[in-house]
Amino acid sequence: MTRTPDQMQAERAQERSRDLSLLLGVVLALLGAAVIGVYYLALQGGAEPRLAEVALARLPLSGVDNPVTAVLVNYRAYDTLMELAVLLAAVLGIWSLGPAPAGFQRSGPVLAAMVSWVVPLLIVTGGYILWVGGYAPGGAFQAGALLGAAGVIVRLAGDPSAGLPHEALQRWLLVLGVLVFTLVGLALMQFGAGFLTYPPKLAKWLILLIEFAATIAIGVSLAAAYVGGKPAVDSAAGAARGSAASS
Amino acid sequence: MSQPALLLAFDAVLLTTLLALALAAVLSPEPRRAVMLFIAFGLWLSLVWARLDAPDVALAEAAIGAGLGGALMLAAARRAARTAQRDEEESGR
Repeated sequence: MTRTPDQMQAERAQERSRDLSLLLGVVLALLGAAVIGVYYLALQGGAEPRLAEVALARLPLSGVDNPVTAVLVNYRAYDTLMELAVLLAAVLGIWSLGPAPAGFQRSGPVLAAMVSWVVPLLIVTGGYILWVGGYAPGGAFQAGALLGAAGVIVRLAGDPSAGLPHEALQRWLLVLGVLVFTLVGLALMQFGAGFLTYPPKLAKWLILLIEFAATIAIGVSLAAAYVGGKPAVDSAAGAARGSAASS
Repeated sequence: MSQPALLLAFDAVLLTTLLALALAAVLSPEPRRAVMLFIAFGLWLSLVWARLDAPDVALAEAAIGAGLGGALMLAAARRAARTAQRDEEESGR
């Protein structure tokens, strides 16, 4: 039986994918075994003093009353800064894929009326969640997710840019979280406290400032990710950039 | 039934449904359906987090894991389907 090169290639690809799935299965099984082993060791460890007590004891100095927010923005501020950087990198990756696909058709009157109610409600709820994060469950990521959801709804209702501003401003909003976070850290370093080590007196306001910037950056990032590409250049902005480049 | 027994039954239902949703999402051959099952899984998982007294994680899971993650994956599945269709048309010619 003679086989065409196409068939042979397909067979080889099939074989390779079978090998790959086998490898994946083995790796996943090993990973599962490791997780079970670690869990077993943790159970055997007994009730030793854990980090939770230390974290709760230092809570009055952290500037917030919600232990989760204290961990996220004070004790482990580095992690949150890196998370924001990851989100920014994700948006950069999406933008590098090319221009955004065309949006959806303009919504009918019923959906449009609902959107004009739901979007302001989402923005107000986002602000509330951000503020409430200081002493109860809430915080920048949840509030940013609500803003991002507002952007998704606006795009679904027919606005191709998801309600985001033009590209130049959008870039600033995207980097706002990382920028403010890093600037606060550097300023604290300058005043001798160390990178992102808040003095207890100022901690509340610094955390609020960082969370506010992070919320906006997260909301814009998630909405921009949903748009799914570099925003379309409108003629006015393009002309302005052209003249700026030539001067 | 006494209260602990009721709670245990509730937890059992939560867990079995969670595992069933996860399996269904992973084993579903069609991307669109897998994404929808994943969204259901995320919402169910946020219930589990709430039951574990972790309202922060429950909020984040419902908003980001199920809501926005689901929306992003639905858009990706739609785009992938469209690309596959275009490839098919091109190879058919």
